[in-house]
Amino acid sequence: MHELSIAMSIVDLAREEAESRGAPGVDVVHLKLGPLSGVVKEALLFSYEIACQQTLLEGSKLLIEEVPIVANCPTCGERRHVQSIQSLRCAECGTPTPEILEGRELMVTALELRQ
Amino acid sequence: MTLEPRLVQVRKNVLKQNDVTARGLRERFREAGVLVVSLVSSPGSGKTAFLEKTLTLLQPRCRVAALVGDLATENDAARLARSRAPVKQIITGTICHLEAAMVQNALDGWDLNDLDFLFIENVGNLVCPSSYDLGEDLRFVLLSVTEGEDKPLKYPTIFNSADVAIITKSDLAVVVEFDEGAARRNIQAVRPGIEVFRLSAKTGEGMTEYLEFLESRRTRSRASASV
Repeated sequence: MHELSIAMSIVDLAREEAESRGAPGVDVVHLKLGPLSGVVKEALLFSYEIACQQTLLEGSKLLIEEVPIVANCPTCGERRHVQSIQSLRCAECGTPTPEILEGRELMVTALELRQ
Repeated sequence: MTLEPRLVQVRKNVLKQNDVTARGLRERFREAGVLVVSLVSSPGSGKTAFLEKTLTLLQPRCRVAALVGDLATENDAARLARSRAPVKQIITGTICHLEAAMVQNALDGWDLNDLDFLFIENVGNLVCPSSYDLGEDLRFVLLSVTEGEDKPLKYPTIFNSADVAIITKSDLAVVVEFDEGAARRNIQAVRPGIEVFRLSAKTGEGMTEYLEFLESRRTRSRASASV
């Protein structure tokens, strides 16, 4: 389980952003999470609370937006969703999709800073 | 009066620091003309035996070295040292995966220009290593015939992050009634188009084909580096 170290990275990143903007605290951290990031949402939420302790982010909320896998379908010639993470085939036509365009995200997209 | 919280856009990768370090490493590897291969698998799938065999077979004609990640012991480095290739152990303590910075630190004192191949054996774990780029050219995921054909479906993320899949311990396939067709189908389901090798480090079966692949990749990356 590496979610605690990921959570600590999120806290560090958010703290630096907040400090550079002179905010006294952070209410919400918005995170985009893809199924291929290798990070488990529940474990991350659990770790996040621990990682926030005695930091500027204590009491803040981690809001996770789970995004789907998007691949380039060689048959359709378009961006498509896939059948599932266990079956990386175009959801429309069933062609295998080696080229993954989205789904690996582990990104802090926004912060709600205390004023 | 309480002020409304202020929403600010950030858009930063959480593992940015690791990605930056990995990019730097990749650039160093490219400049030195060394092909870097990392190995990931569950514990006990035969990474160290596979690596020992690889180093031993490559050693007479190529300059090879290895970094080995382990939670607590230096046993793997001691085993690999039998190949007479330079080997360094990275003890990760409680950390269940290697990060780019650990690789960078471990390379201290090594001249990459003296190498043709560098292997990085990750900690035995099919979950955590998938998130961390180590700057490698190729990531091998190993699956032993004793593990069950559905491993790729249980751990799709790590299989998807790999460039090559290696089915190990092929000498035991008959005994454990390994269904190779099913294993290959499952690997392709989570990583379409991936190259798959089947081999046994013990008997040497399949090693030649795989080594030819490795050397051709090195020739290719060296050719593209000199352009």
